[in-house]
Amino acid sequence: MAATRIDCDIHPAVGGTRTTLLPYLDDHWKEQVVSRAIDGLDLTSYPPNMPLSGRPDWRPQAGKPGSDLKMVQRGAFEQLGASHAICNVLYGAQAVYDPYMASAFCKAINDWIAAEWLSQDERLRASIVVPMQAPDLAVEEIERRASDNRFVSILVLAQGETLLGRRHFWPVYQAAEKHKLPLAIHAGSAYRFAPSSIGWPSHRYEYYFVEAQAFQAQILSLVYEGVFGKFPNLKVVLMESGVTWLPAFMWRANKTWRGVRVEVPWVEREPASIIRDHIRVTMQPFDGPPDATGVADVIDQIGSDRMFLFASDYPHWQFDGDDAIPPHLPQSIVSRMCVDNPLETFPRLKLN
Amino acid sequence: MSDVIDRPALEKEATAATRLRIVDCDIHPSLHSRADLNHFLPKRWQEHMKTYGDHLRTPYIGTTPYPRSSPLICRRDAWPPTGGPPGSDLAFMRQQHLDPLDVEFGILQVLDLFIFSQQNLEFGAAIQRAINEWQLAFWSHRDPRLKASILVSQDNTEAALAEIDRCAKTGEYIQVNISPRANEPLGRRRYWPIYERAEALGLPLGIHVGGYGGHAPTGGGWPSYYCEEHQSNAHTMAAQLASLVIEGVLERFPKLKIVFIEGGFGWIASAMWRMDRHFERFRSEVPHLKRKPSEYVKEHFWFTTQPIDEPDEARHLRQLIEWVGIDRLLFSSDYPHWDFDDPRFAFKTPLTDAERKKIFSTNARAVYKI
Repeated sequence: MAATRIDCDIHPAVGGTRTTLLPYLDDHWKEQVVSRAIDGLDLTSYPPNMPLSGRPDWRPQAGKPGSDLKMVQRGAFEQLGASHAICNVLYGAQAVYDPYMASAFCKAINDWIAAEWLSQDERLRASIVVPMQAPDLAVEEIERRASDNRFVSILVLAQGETLLGRRHFWPVYQAAEKHKLPLAIHAGSAYRFAPSSIGWPSHRYEYYFVEAQAFQAQILSLVYEGVFGKFPNLKVVLMESGVTWLPAFMWRANKTWRGVRVEVPWVEREPASIIRDHIRVTMQPFDGPPDATGVADVIDQIGSDRMFLFASDYPHWQFDGDDAIPPHLPQSIVSRMCVDNPLETFPRLKLN
Repeated sequence: MSDVIDRPALEKEATAATRLRIVDCDIHPSLHSRADLNHFLPKRWQEHMKTYGDHLRTPYIGTTPYPRSSPLICRRDAWPPTGGPPGSDLAFMRQQHLDPLDVEFGILQVLDLFIFSQQNLEFGAAIQRAINEWQLAFWSHRDPRLKASILVSQDNTEAALAEIDRCAKTGEYIQVNISPRANEPLGRRRYWPIYERAEALGLPLGIHVGGYGGHAPTGGGWPSYYCEEHQSNAHTMAAQLASLVIEGVLERFPKLKIVFIEGGFGWIASAMWRMDRHFERFRSEVPHLKRKPSEYVKEHFWFTTQPIDEPDEARHLRQLIEWVGIDRLLFSSDYPHWDFDDPRFAFKTPLTDAERKKIFSTNARAVYKI
C-alpha cells in the first residue's frame, strides 16, 4: 500500500443542475429547475475552458475537467500519489441569491458527492458545501451531514456576501467546532463585490491575482472580530490562496495591531501568533520565488511548519508533471504537510 | 539569535555631524481651514463648498467611516502650538520635522478635500486647481525644500489633462498624483490619456493610498474595524500593481515612471512571484504583454517605504529589501500621521552607507529629477 499522503484540495465537477444534481433535489426543486431552466451555475471564477481550470491531460473527452470519477482516480491517486483526497465542489450553490434555492442546491451537491464519489472510492473525503447566504440553513446542513465522517470540513468561498468574521456567521462556527470540522475557505467569488477595492478588472488573470488579497482580508476579519477567542478549537484552511504572501502580511498585521489594538481589546495576542495557531494553507499554488534560497527564506519567515497542507488542486493546472509538491521545499516541511498536518487539521480523517 | 540593530549605534548616527540629508517622499500638509482656499477658488465654488460640501461615497459628512485611533490620524505631538490641525503650520513643521531630521527635500501629498473622490466632477476640477495653487503659495514658495504634486481627479479626464498642462508650464511640480481608489482599476484605458501626458512631460505618476472609490475596501466586503481597513491599503496597491502591469500600460508607455506611496513594500515580492507564476497559464488572455510581469515592476515602479514592516528578525527585513531591490525604494515618513516612520529608526536591519544613501536620497532624486 502506498504511503499516506493526503491531498487536501481536489475538484470533482458537477455537470449541471438539471442533469447531475436532479436526482438529489426534492420534488419542488426538481420541478423548478426543469420548468425555469435553472442551470449553468459554474462560477465565473472558473470558466471550464480556461487553461487554469483544467490541465490538458486531465480533461475528459466530453464534459468538464473533474467530472469523470475514473479519470480523477487515475490523476489524483495513481499519477500524483495521494492515498486520500478531499473533494471540494465549486459548483455555484454558494453564489445563488435565493437562500432556499441555495440551500436545496447545497444539499443536492452533498448528497451527490456522498453517493457518487465517496461511496465509490473509500480514499475520498469531502467538504460540506453550505449556504452561507442563510447561516441558519448552513447550520442545518452541517447538522444533517455531521454524522457522516467522510465529510471532514465546511466549504465556503473567499468572496461571499460579507466578510467571514462577522457575528451572523458565528452559529456556523459553533457547529463547525462542535463537529471538529475546519472551515475551508476556497478561492472563488459570489460576485457580490468587485474582486478588490479597485473595482472590476478586465482580465481573469487580474481577478485570480487579487484572490490572494481577499484571503488576507478574511483572515483579518476572523482575527479582529474575535472568532478564534470565541471558538478556540476552530481551524481555518485557506485553499488555493497562494502562500508566499503570508510573512509580510503577518508582519503588517502585527504592526497595525500594536498601533490600534485599543479598537479590538478582545484580541489579546499578536495576529501572527493567532494565525500560526488557527490558519492552515494548501500548497498549490505556492507562488514561490524561483530559487531554493528564496523558498527556504519564505518558509523560515512564516515561522511554523504546521500550517502547510499538501494539495494538488486537481484538475486545475497549477503545475506540470507528476509531482504536486512545489520545487525547493525543505524536506522537513514536505513530510509534515503530507500526513501530520492534514491529520491534525482535519481530525475527522482519523475516524475512518 | 536575533540580529536586531542595537539602539546606541542608531543614536550615535542620529547625532553625527555628517549625517545623511534625506528626501522624504510623503509629507502631508494641511489646510489651516477651508478658508485658506478662498483666494484660489471662484466665488461660485466657495458657495458650493459651504452649501453642499463634499459629495463622497461614504456615509458621513464629518468623519471617516472607520474612526482612527487618534484625531485626524495624527501624531498627538504634531498639533501646532499656534492652533490649527497637524501639518498646517510651516514654522512648526520645520521645527518638528524638516530641520531636526535634515530633510533636504520633502514631497507634499495633499489628502485634504478628497480631490480624487469628489462625485461632483465640476467641483472636483475647481478644488484640484485651488489645491495645486495653494501648494505653491503656502508651501513651496515659502520653503523651497517642499515640492508640490499636481493633484488631478482621474475620473474627469478632460479637466485632469488641462490641469496637468497648466501646472507643468510653471515647472514647479514634480509629479502627477491620482488615487488608487478610482471608479475603475487604474490599468483601464479610460485613464491612459493621463499616463500619456505624464510620460510626455517626464513627470512620474504618484499614487498615494486612500480615497473613496465606491468599492468595498476588500474583495470580501466591508470590514468592521479600522485595523482591517488600514491593512487593506496594501491590498489595494497590490491590486493596482497587477492592473497597471496586466493591462499593458507599460507596454504602451515605456517611459512612464510610477511611484506607489504609503503602500509599504513588504507585499511586493510575493506579488511579483504570483504574477510571474500564473503568467504562463493566462498568457493567451494577455497577448499584449511581451515580458514577465516582474520585469515591468522592476523597471517602472518605485515604492515609498512607510509603513515599513517590522519582522522580529532583522534578517527577514533584509531579505524583503533585496527581493524588491534597493533601487526601487524611496524613504517616506508620512509626517504628521500616527504611523509615522522616523528615518533614524525605521530600518531595523543593517544597511551599508551606500544603501542608505540610495533609499534616503539618490533614488528619489533620480526619479523626481530634483
